Order: sequence, then structure tokens, then C-alpha cells
Amino acid sequence: MVNDLIPRVLGKLLIPFILLFALYVQFHGDFGPGGGFQAGVLFAAGIVLHALIFGLANTRRVIPDALVEAMLACGVLIYAGVGLAGILLGGNYLDYFVLDPNPVHGQHRGIFWVEVGVAVTVCGVMLQIFYLFAARGHDGADGTD
Amino acid sequence: MSLAQHLPALQVVLPLISAPLAVLLRHGGVAFLLVTAGAWAAFAAAVALWLQVDLLPAGGVLTYHIGNWAPPWGIEYRVDRLTSFVLVLVSGTAALVLTYGHASIEREIARASHYLYYAMFALCLAGLLGITITGDAFNVFVFLEISSLATYVLIALGRDRRALTASYRYLILGTIGATFFVIGVGFLYLLTGTLNIADMGARLRDVENPRAVLAALAFLTVGISLKLALFPLHQWLPNAYTHAPSTVTAFLAATATKVSVYVLIRFYFGVFGESLVFQRLPLPEIMLGLSLLALFAANLIAVFQDNLKRMFAYSSVGQIGYITLGLSFDSVHGLTASIVHLFNHGVAKAAIFLLIGGLVLGIGRPGAPPPVPTFKHLAGLARRMPLTCLGIVLAGLSLIGVPGTGGFISKWYLVLAAMEQRQYWLVGAILLSSLLAVAYVWRFVEAAYFRPVPGDGGVVREAPLVMLIPAWILVAASIWFGLDTSLTVGSALDAAQSLLRSGT
Repeated sequence: MVNDLIPRVLGKLLIPFILLFALYVQFHGDFGPGGGFQAGVLFAAGIVLHALIFGLANTRRVIPDALVEAMLACGVLIYAGVGLAGILLGGNYLDYFVLDPNPVHGQHRGIFWVEVGVAVTVCGVMLQIFYLFAARGHDGADGTD
Repeated sequence: MSLAQHLPALQVVLPLISAPLAVLLRHGGVAFLLVTAGAWAAFAAAVALWLQVDLLPAGGVLTYHIGNWAPPWGIEYRVDRLTSFVLVLVSGTAALVLTYGHASIEREIARASHYLYYAMFALCLAGLLGITITGDAFNVFVFLEISSLATYVLIALGRDRRALTASYRYLILGTIGATFFVIGVGFLYLLTGTLNIADMGARLRDVENPRAVLAALAFLTVGISLKLALFPLHQWLPNAYTHAPSTVTAFLAATATKVSVYVLIRFYFGVFGESLVFQRLPLPEIMLGLSLLALFAANLIAVFQDNLKRMFAYSSVGQIGYITLGLSFDSVHGLTASIVHLFNHGVAKAAIFLLIGGLVLGIGRPGAPPPVPTFKHLAGLARRMPLTCLGIVLAGLSLIGVPGTGGFISKWYLVLAAMEQRQYWLVGAILLSSLLAVAYVWRFVEAAYFRPVPGDGGVVREAPLVMLIPAWILVAASIWFGLDTSLTVGSALDAAQSLLRSGT
């Protein structure tokens, strides 16, 4: 679709706002509907749109496969790391109360990082699924069947 | 002592963290070291928890509040005698299988997906440990899904293309099982307003709507029975075990179905209480009937298999029959038999499947895909792979229940439980079904020891030591626990007594 003017222009216009909206949903999740899961999906949707318009090869240059796999792992590590931080600071596993001298702030800080972890992993999973399906039959390495 | 206090969380978190690290580093060898270290750490944690539970008064429970939210609102990890027993079994098997697996994995899984295999293994282990340790019904479901999804991938990693359909079938049936489980938990949540298993049990006594309780019970029973492969619901198991990589088969056979049995015991005795489950419903009769079917039908099918892995897979279905048979007695000795057999069968079956993995490696040609271990390959194999064959025979003796092996102890308690209830015909049934086990183990002995070596046998080497040692540790354990039963029977009796006491 890279030669079609309208999708290309609209895509260039829309994709930044989709990504921005994902970040809004992520960071406003404390106060309104939203959170890491929705934000991750939205972010991935922006990138999927990019792939639909500019082609998978171009998108893979922007977000390489290795980065997607790293995202899968990093999100889980961030989440688990928040849990371990609770232990290191003298609380229980996933104890947010001890993350800040003020327990209410501690809860905020804990859920903030947990949601970051969720967003990173969810975005990575969505992209990985999309890459695997989109690449089937196109490059010999993945689509051996 | 601060670390000791966090052991219940670390028990699950250590293997869990090794999974993303393995994915992040993208290297088979590093992933092997990381995940194996995680599994050994989990085993150390399980043993330490065992010792901590030992220090408590009889029937004591260690609890750990995740996120410092008090139960029943927060998620609680509970470790009692039965929990730590299963934790030791699961983490110990995982540690041994991973240590064993390097050479076998090189051969049976494409090199590019090694690190994914280790990541999935770690997730599966973390899921199974989580199911065991958590005291929260919904958390059980979450961990069940983690371990199941990882299991589907592990099975699909087998080189044989039939592994894909086996995995798909298990995916469908496992998902139905998990859905039924969560529907059952949903009913219980509506009835009691709590997800904490211990709290649920206490509140369920005051619930005045027996029909809803029965619906919850039905959904939970069918859902968990699918996961534990109770006889007519076992259809996913033979193919999955046959086509999965050898290490995966060994790990699953020893742990996955056993953890499901553990969940069943927890819900039957911890939540529903024996009064409802075993007195107002013909559930014991149903369990008894299905168990007997499993004993005879599955063992009989096992006798006629040509593929060694499939033969022992059907034997697993049969052996699960003994475990559920013990449950159906609803007595201390019956429950003891179930718990002991869960352990003894897990150990013996893991040993057998590990040794078969070595056998597959030994009879295969370098560079070729791993061969299917059929009886054709077995002719005269004992002369060329003496240690592997001897190990399979010894662990097979435990499956039969020969005195001096672990299997004898569990059958002894089953017979005791049957005699207590004056069901003498059951004693005959147990002995008869053991004869079927004799038949299939003898088929192996006959082929491996008494048939001549075929002329075109090719080069067959004994499996490497790194595979033989973990497998033989398990073989030795299946003999050891037949001679010294203080660990298995002692703790199973403890657990059974406290379960039956809490149920009334």
C-alpha cells in the first residue's frame, strides 16, 4: 500500500497519535479507564498499522524481531523485579507499601512499574503474533510449513 | 532469617524469573545454565520449606501474604505437609530432568529453539509450583493456565510432526478442562464471596443452596479430571506423551497429572468437605468405577502397544487409576495410598521416560532425526545398553508393585484401605491389574534380554553418564522409597489425617 497516497498520508498522520494515545491510556490508567494491557495493545496496533501501510519489511527495520523478543522478556522481568524490590526493602513479595516512605505513594509507585511491565510484554506479544502470522509463507526461515 | 521467611514466594519466583532471562539472552547454553540453576534453587527452597513445616506442630501451616495484603482479601500462599511433599516432588524432578536433558535436547529439538524450550520449561515448572503452593482458587487457575500453555508448546517442540496434532488436541481438551475449572470456581465465589480456598471451605458449610454447590462440584470434578487424565478423559495423554521430546514426557509424567490430583484433593477435602462429596453423592462409586476401568482398560491397551513411549503413556493412565481408587475410599489409608502413589509413580515413571530418552539417543544415528523407540529396536538391547535396560526393568518393577519397590508400598495401603471397608473383591482387582503391568514390563524384558541381536543392528552406544546418573538417581529413589517409607508414608499419613480432620 506504500504507493497509495491516501493511506500513506493518513497513516503518517495517525500513527503518532495512536502511539501517543497508548501512552495516555497507560499513564492515565490510575485515574480513568485504561492500564498496561490496553496501552500495550494500542501501541502494538499503531505499529501494525505501520506494517500494513509501509510493508512488513520496513516495520521490521523500525522494530526488529530481537527487540520484540526482548520486550516479551523485559515486561515480565520488570513485573517480577517490582516484587523482588518489595522483598529487598523489607516487605513481602509484591509489597508496594515499602516502596516509598509514604505507603500511599508506595502503592502508586508499585502499580506504576507493574503496569509498565504489563504494557511492554503485551505490546511485545501482540507484535510477535503479528510478525509470525504476517511472515508466514514470505520468508523461508519462519514459514517452513 | 529474612530469606527463609520469603521462601514460599521465592519457590515460584526463582524459576519464573529464569524464563524471561532465558528469552532475553537468546542462547541455548546460557538458557540451560540459568533454568537448571533456577530449578535447583526451587528444589532447595522446597526442601527448606519441608524442614520449616517439620518444625511446626502437627497439622501446622506456613502462610505467606503476597503484597502484604491479609487473606482472605489478598492472595495467600499456604504450605502444609501435603503441599511441601508435592513441591519437593515437582521441583526435584524438574532439577533432575533439566540436568539430564542437555544431550537429549541437542538431538531432539532444533538448535534455534533451545532457549525457547528452556524458557517454556521454566514457565511450566513455575506454574506447577504455583498451583501447588497458592491458597487462592483463582490463582490456581492462573498458574494452571501458565503451566498448561507452556506444556502445549513443550509438546509441540517434538521433532515428529504428529507432535503438533498431539499438542493441539491437548490444547483443546486442556482448555475445556481449565474453563470448567474456572466456572466451578466462579460458582463457589458467587456462593461464598471469597476466593481463598481455606475461607471458602469454612463458608461453604453455611450455604443453603445445594444445587449450586453440586454444579460447582460437577464443573470442578470434570475440569480437574480432564487435566489429571482420569480414564475416559485421558484421550489427550497417550499422543502427547508419545510425541513430545523425551525430557518433556519424563517431566510431565512425573508432575503435571500429579499436581492435578493434588488440586482435586485440595478441593474435595479442603473446600467441599467429605460430608458433601463422599456421603450425599454417589461420587465414591463413580470414582471407583472409573478407577477400575482405568486399571484394566488402560493397562490392557498398554500391553498391546508397539511404541515403548506409548506403552508407558497408557500405563500412566492405568496408574492414575490407583491414585483415584485411593481417593474413592474416603479413609485415611485410602488417601495415604493416593498421596504415596502420586509420589512413587511419579518417581518411577520419570526414571523410565528418562531412560527411554537415553535409549532413543543410543539407537539413533548421528545427524538423523530421533527414531521411534519400537520393540523392533529393542531386540537384544540389554547387551549393548545394559544400564539403561536394567534401570527400565527396576523402575518397571515399581510399576508392578513388587515388594521392595515404591509401588508395593502404595498398593499395600490400597489393599489395607479396601480390607478396612470389607471390599475384598477389590483386593483381587488390584492384584489382577498388577498382572497386566507384569505383562507389559515382561514384554520389554523379553525383547531386550532374550531376543538375539539383529544382524544389521548398527552401532548402538550406552547413553552418556550425564543422562544415566539423573535417571539412576530416580531408579534408586523408586527402590529406596520401597524400603524406607518414613518419608513418604509418614508424611502422607500426616497429610491424610489433617485433610480428613479439616473436612469434618
